[in-house]
Amino acid sequence: MADPTQWVKHVELYVNSSSTAAQQEASVDAIANLLKNDLLTLEALVREMEMYLTTTDSIIRSRGILLLAELLTQLRSKRLNDASIESLIGFFTERLADWKALRGAIVGCLSLLRRKSHVGVVTDDKVKAVVQSYLQNLQVQSLGQHDRKLCFQLMECLLDRYPAAVRDLGDNLIYGICEAIDGERDPQCLMLSFRIVEILAGLFPGPSGPLADFAGDLFGILGCYFPIHFTHPKEEDVDVKREELSRALMLTYASTPLFAPFSIPLLLEKLSSSLPLTKVESFKYLSYCTSKYGVDRMAEHFETLWSSVKDATYVSPQTNLSTEVGFMSEMGFQDSDIMKQAFVLLQELVQQSNGSFISLILDDEDIKIFMNSLNQYEDFDNIPIDIRQRLHAVGRIISVCVNTSIASCNKVFESFFPLLMTYLGLSVAEPHENSCLAEDYNPPGRLNFGALYLCVEVLSACRYLVGSDELTPIPDFANQTWCVMLHNVSKSLATVFVSLLRSNVAENSQNAYICYGVKGLQNLAMFPGSLLAVSKSTYDSILLKLMSVVTSDINKTFLWTLAMNALVEIGSFLDKCPDSERLSSYESIVVEKIFSLISSDDLTMPVSLKLQAAFEIGATGINFMLRVVEGLDEAISATLSAVYAHGNRKSVEPTIKLLEYYSNKVLPWFHKSGGSEEIPLNFALSIWDKIENNRSFNLDSLENELLDATMMAMKQAVGSCSEGSQEKIINKALGVLLSSNCLEWMKSISGNTQSEVEGLQQIHKLDSFAIRDEWITSLIASIVIALCPQTYIQNGKFILQFFITTLLNGHVPSAQALGSLVNKLPLKITGTPLSKNLCLDEAVDMIFHSCIWTSYNGSTYERGSSEIDLSSLRLCSLSPESDKIHATIGLAWIGKGLLMRGHEKVKDITMTLLNCMISDGDRGSLPNSKHPSLVCNDEDLHHQLMKSAADAFHIIMSDSESCLNKRYHATIRPLYKQRFSNTVMPILSTLMLKYDSPSIRSMLCRAIAYVVSDTPLTAILSEAKKLIPLLLDCLSMMVEDITNKEIIYSVLLVISGILVDKNGQDAVAENAHSIVNQLIELTTYPHMMVIRETAVQCLVAVSELPHTRIYPLRTQVLRAMLKALDDPKWVVRQEAVRCRQAWASIASRSLHF
Amino acid sequence: MTLGLINANPVVHAKKERVARTEEPHDDDAIDPLEIYEYVRDIRDPEHPYSLEQLSVLSEESITVDEKLGRILITFTPTIQHCSMATVIGLCLREKLKDCFHPHFKVDIKVAPGSHADEESVNKQLNDKERVAAALEIPNLRQLVDECLYSSEL
Repeated sequence: MADPTQWVKHVELYVNSSSTAAQQEASVDAIANLLKNDLLTLEALVREMEMYLTTTDSIIRSRGILLLAELLTQLRSKRLNDASIESLIGFFTERLADWKALRGAIVGCLSLLRRKSHVGVVTDDKVKAVVQSYLQNLQVQSLGQHDRKLCFQLMECLLDRYPAAVRDLGDNLIYGICEAIDGERDPQCLMLSFRIVEILAGLFPGPSGPLADFAGDLFGILGCYFPIHFTHPKEEDVDVKREELSRALMLTYASTPLFAPFSIPLLLEKLSSSLPLTKVESFKYLSYCTSKYGVDRMAEHFETLWSSVKDATYVSPQTNLSTEVGFMSEMGFQDSDIMKQAFVLLQELVQQSNGSFISLILDDEDIKIFMNSLNQYEDFDNIPIDIRQRLHAVGRIISVCVNTSIASCNKVFESFFPLLMTYLGLSVAEPHENSCLAEDYNPPGRLNFGALYLCVEVLSACRYLVGSDELTPIPDFANQTWCVMLHNVSKSLATVFVSLLRSNVAENSQNAYICYGVKGLQNLAMFPGSLLAVSKSTYDSILLKLMSVVTSDINKTFLWTLAMNALVEIGSFLDKCPDSERLSSYESIVVEKIFSLISSDDLTMPVSLKLQAAFEIGATGINFMLRVVEGLDEAISATLSAVYAHGNRKSVEPTIKLLEYYSNKVLPWFHKSGGSEEIPLNFALSIWDKIENNRSFNLDSLENELLDATMMAMKQAVGSCSEGSQEKIINKALGVLLSSNCLEWMKSISGNTQSEVEGLQQIHKLDSFAIRDEWITSLIASIVIALCPQTYIQNGKFILQFFITTLLNGHVPSAQALGSLVNKLPLKITGTPLSKNLCLDEAVDMIFHSCIWTSYNGSTYERGSSEIDLSSLRLCSLSPESDKIHATIGLAWIGKGLLMRGHEKVKDITMTLLNCMISDGDRGSLPNSKHPSLVCNDEDLHHQLMKSAADAFHIIMSDSESCLNKRYHATIRPLYKQRFSNTVMPILSTLMLKYDSPSIRSMLCRAIAYVVSDTPLTAILSEAKKLIPLLLDCLSMMVEDITNKEIIYSVLLVISGILVDKNGQDAVAENAHSIVNQLIELTTYPHMMVIRETAVQCLVAVSELPHTRIYPLRTQVLRAMLKALDDPKWVVRQEAVRCRQAWASIASRSLHF
Repeated sequence: MTLGLINANPVVHAKKERVARTEEPHDDDAIDPLEIYEYVRDIRDPEHPYSLEQLSVLSEESITVDEKLGRILITFTPTIQHCSMATVIGLCLREKLKDCFHPHFKVDIKVAPGSHADEESVNKQLNDKERVAAALEIPNLRQLVDECLYSSEL
């Protein structure tokens, strides 16, 4: 047992009103721990606390009781014996009368009542006593918000957990609750009180129970809350959302049918409110109540309900013309929220009422008159906008009736369908009566648009009815009235719709007709075949018509798109609800046609449209796509042969398009839909087959675009294959490579590692590749770029050597492939080490050891040493400068690969690049550094070399689309950019201080700009103070050269990022003067508008800096802005006005200076 | 002030939708009436919490620009014939344009012919440099103009 002196001090601390909340909490925890571990019994505690619980000082008493209650709350999962529970609940019940120390009593009751049954609960007798005491003693509405909330929680708990005990109290209980919740305003308390009423209604469901007498009074209290509306929408404590509260109230209203006599009239009355929100809410409540109260209660209100729905939708519809231009065209109305809710109510009513409500609609005079008057508005263009709105509303009403139930659908068909068909010139009675409509039927004059519109709406609603899953068991649709009617007219309807598509009138005046014609056909084609509503021949003719539009009406964009969409919809419907007969029709008519379209080289239809059609149709189902891909493969294979073998220039462009489509659409689609990898594998292999079989290429070297597209497709294909397939592809490619001329070309170099000079000259002597060799090299590079890290590369060393050689010829993909290799190679080879296998360290050794990077003084690079002597990593000074440039680019990509996986050797590469950039200064010390034949343009070349070294930082830092990204399985360490920037920036900035030569400085600036602009902003912000002067130097350095504008822009974006950030602003305040000067200079930058715009925006941001810093700059900025007001570009002028206002307002409004 | 409003119950029109300027760079980005209109449409009416656009005092068509000659002409229509606020509106327009355009533009501000009882004198007042400057020296008037220009009541 714990020593009383130990814990009594906690009690004292808690009771003491001057101790802090944290102290009190800690003391509760301390005592609770003692109790939990049985170091202290509850009895002992209560006995010891007696003084606090019974003292006449109400403050101490209330603290004492609260402490006891809090302790019980903590002990909720500890078993207590019945006697203690009984005496405790008795105590708290009694204390409910003590209004000065109320909170503890409520909390105590609450925590005891909430106990789970296995740890001891309060008996029903005691519960009854609690309720009685509650009803007798608590004046809930006179308490504060928190206490009220506790009271409501207590009541909710009582009703929820002990229904049997409280039910006996009957009238008293209801009366007490009424009293407690009357006039409540706090959202949290309201949530609880709504919930209380809801539970209460569940307690007394019977029509003769006690609730029946009080329903009116109770609803009188609830009624005034509707609709929920917050007068102070932006209060801090809105932890209860309006929607939640409104939903709670709705549940309460619908909780018992006893409320119906009061709630329905109230809601109906509120419908006439002019506030849109109220209307929306009323409709929402009404639909919910309808579903809960049951038809009998609602029946007496049917007429009023219908007239209010009609009012909201038909009489004064509130629709907006949809902003979506095109597809829905002229009838594209968008329902307002009110209308949406009204239709929900309508649906609920139709569904619940078993036919009595639908007859109300069908017999409605207004609707009837409207239907009969459709004849007046034959031509779409002559229909005034309000009639169109009504048409839309009637369409919606009818579709709601149709898609709700089969019975209501039948009724609608019986009353309206014959009329609609008559307008369209058809008869529903017997199919043969309409047979007079020939295939090339043309409607007499203009077709009745209203009837057309309603007919299409009805059709799509029917389709919805058929497609809804809720109808189980699936009813026998085929014998339903509506289905028979539809069957009788479907063929003729299709003919009518087809005739609309055929019209040769100017397109735009016909848009609405065309739109609904296509929609009608689409709907007809999407009835399941089992329904017999639409026969196979009709289905086939619909598909044929749509397909003929797709193949021949390519100039009518609107019609073409609609027909295409319809075919896609029909296709995806088939994919969802397969139907063998329909499927075979679709395949033979649509898919085969598409197949023959792509594989033929018929040029009446543009390739891009063909491809679009093919892809969209294919995307509706995997089987269709496979067939389409087959066609694509054939087409690519045919055109590639034409290009390779015969040098057919005409085929180049379509081939490019085919390849692009393949890589941009088809492969990603397969990837996403989890299709087999056979498609990309076969595609890649077939391209290699093509190259293997055509020994000589009849191509101009100018067809680079074709090569690019092929590389792209190759990368995509390889990237989406698994390791096994990737191995197959790379082996195939190696086979082709080994049998090509490339190999001889390689051998001439690889044997010469000893005599470097000779080797280098050899490289130089070799002319650039033959076209075929270039293709092979580039495509192998593409494969390597897209490989997975796990893929095993046979002959890796050979490939590496090969790329190093081609890289020196200026072949950039080789450089990228090298970068990818070092990025993905395994650190160690597991299993049997074969001499031809490659691991990372070896590869890096090979690269660094190769002839181009050896030192001029002949010091050899020592293998195995952990540190690399920096001088040995110099570019060989004997090699010509142009080779060095290529080597620099190669180094950049290799460096990027290493950096991304976090390999330390990237440092050596960085140092090499830096040395390259500053080599201008110590060039004099290099003896014989100039190759005699290159003297004349050496200066120029050297400058280019420095520049490419600076640009290498761009390659290293920026994300590349073509390699080393997620899609091509690159290894990416998080935050690698940040790490690189952190190591390189200090070096660069010290170099800036060290060198004066303008050419070196400008190169350093370039590098800094590249590094900074790709570093994450958060990393820059922490260094902002140091960076800003450097960046300003960069800007002033680069502003001279027009070619630098992109870099300037990215640096400017970094500066603006710093300026708008709070921490950044603190850092740059000292430099405000120089920043403003530089920005002002850029506001007149003539070569790029966005630079001027951003500069002005930056100036706006500067105006937020501390006034003492910027006030002296005010006149200068205002003067510059005056100039900017005359900018030729509107955007800049607008920003200038903003900037002027911002700066003018830092002193006074005045713009004068 | 116990004086009633001059036009107590003006007709309020809907705001026109703002046309987003196309971002694509094109060669001809000269100042056009729409650009000017964008600046002045939101000036608040001196009497009511509505913009000049809502009260139909201004429209895009009532503005003409000649960039070569550097001239801007704005014609506005006071809501009622005897509107004594016409000059205030004119002053607001002049102040706003001074802020938003290079000083080499000559700005002419006129009331629409026949829309004001004292058309000639209003026009004269608004286009006289000295008088405009003098008017803006009056503290009350200055305050009223600033309120109209920078008000966020709309």
